[in-house]
Amino acid sequence: MTRPTSTPAKSTGAVPPTAFDPRIVVFACNWCSYAGADTAGVSRIQYQPHFRVIRVMCSGRVQPAWVLRAFEKGADGVLVSGCHFGDCHYIFGNERAVEQFDKTMSVVKLLGIEPGRLRLEWISAAEGVRFAEVIDEFTDQVRALGPSPFAREDAIGEIEVGEGGACLTGEHEPSGAGGD
Amino acid sequence: MQQVAKDTNAWACYDCGKCTSTCPIARAGADYSPRRHVLAANLGGEGEVDADPSLYACLTCSLCDSRCPAEVAYTTLVQKLREQAFTAAVQPECPHGGALQSVMRMMAKGGTTQNRLTWLGDDLETSPGQGEVFLWTGCTVYYDAFFPELGLATVDGTRAAVRLLNALGVTPVVSPDERCCGHDLLWNGDRASFSSLARHNVALVEASGAELVVTPCAECARTWRLDYEPYLEGSKLRVQHLTEYLAERADDLELHNGHAIRATYQDPCRLGRHLGVVDAPRQLLGRVPGLELAEMAHSGRRATCCAGGTWSNCDRFAKQIQVARLREARATGAEVLVTACPKCQVHLACAMKDPNLGPEIAIEMKDIAEVMAEALT
Repeated sequence: MTRPTSTPAKSTGAVPPTAFDPRIVVFACNWCSYAGADTAGVSRIQYQPHFRVIRVMCSGRVQPAWVLRAFEKGADGVLVSGCHFGDCHYIFGNERAVEQFDKTMSVVKLLGIEPGRLRLEWISAAEGVRFAEVIDEFTDQVRALGPSPFAREDAIGEIEVGEGGACLTGEHEPSGAGGD
Repeated sequence: MQQVAKDTNAWACYDCGKCTSTCPIARAGADYSPRRHVLAANLGGEGEVDADPSLYACLTCSLCDSRCPAEVAYTTLVQKLREQAFTAAVQPECPHGGALQSVMRMMAKGGTTQNRLTWLGDDLETSPGQGEVFLWTGCTVYYDAFFPELGLATVDGTRAAVRLLNALGVTPVVSPDERCCGHDLLWNGDRASFSSLARHNVALVEASGAELVVTPCAECARTWRLDYEPYLEGSKLRVQHLTEYLAERADDLELHNGHAIRATYQDPCRLGRHLGVVDAPRQLLGRVPGLELAEMAHSGRRATCCAGGTWSNCDRFAKQIQVARLREARATGAEVLVTACPKCQVHLACAMKDPNLGPEIAIEMKDIAEVMAEALT
């Protein structure tokens, strides 16, 4: 399988980059993690650019279906990230996120997808450096695992946000999950 | 469309409306009418009935088929219309966000080695590759992982199926490469994914050298026997639901460990009406020492569906049907509700979670294989 490659902007060097750039979907909550990504941006921190962020109001909203759909459509890795415990804008939303994540993880393991392709992280709005570190580390980890078995040549188009109300062919991204 | 109407005998419809008056969804109050679809199909209906999102409200329980005096195969009509709807990108609003559909499509794509046999213990004798009987386990292990909040262990039914086969001296093939049978995708209209699953599964079973597929899942049984037909051309493979297989060999099964219990039996729509298997499970339950079978008001071919069929229809009407069904079960005075399909368990357990009705409709549920296996030792 040929996949686009580029020289990483910055690699931690822990894993030698194989000949592919992973496609990673990041679900980031509006109040902490998405703002954390913003902080990383305004601080001009360099990190690897192989992910697409989907902003959600709360990590607790990230249901198994979204993560599984990302994998189905060929994502090489999925990162779910929200506020630290005690910091959740909705008090206990991130506790819900853990429940949903555990469920997703058990299905992912059953399917035989490597658990390393899925990760849950807490990143606050101030932690721009940490956001960059997590992305770098996770990108390297996924790169080491290689392309997802479900990735197809046409998968890259399918992950992109579209319009509509269908749940089957991936023409539609969950409501409230549109990036900006 | 003309061909579809012809194939499903829709042209024979004489507009009596029995289907709509029987339909569990319509009776629960939904704006849904099988007759409307049949008539629209007869009129051609291109761009109308084949793009009607309400097609996905049908439970495909086949109750209307069993009542139709003109023998219109409405359930088959729905299956075919959904295929057309799917091609036209009219799709159901899948419950659970479509997570289960994603899982099934990933299996259809393939490429991974599933970890689906974690439930196999040392006490169970199975063969991973070759054997005469292939035990088609179904997706119980996925249901248990996906619905932890229901507190179910549908995989116990699968485990019990192996124990029962072992007790008959059979070492079944249980393969880690088994994939979803494709039942739900087919009923969601996704013929392409169904085909790739069917081809993989048929090749897997043929490679094992098995002559018989036995499955404890009603949906897998239907799919294997009816929907896999075109993929099994020229093959001698037979397909039986576990209850049919056990009923045939019931005399070899030593059941002695009984304790007095009153049970009722929920006929899965796939097993009862689609395949016509209503006697075998009852014969088996009749052999369990101490078990007294109390029938619900609607049983056998008249049984009410668990209202969750194909992961494409979950709404307040479904809930109403489930609650009514559980009340019927409770009215028999039974302590345990026995069924032969894991999905019945999932959907009825979900209805029992209702915080207001919970205590009124709660009842213990077991797969028929579990009940039989418990009586073994």
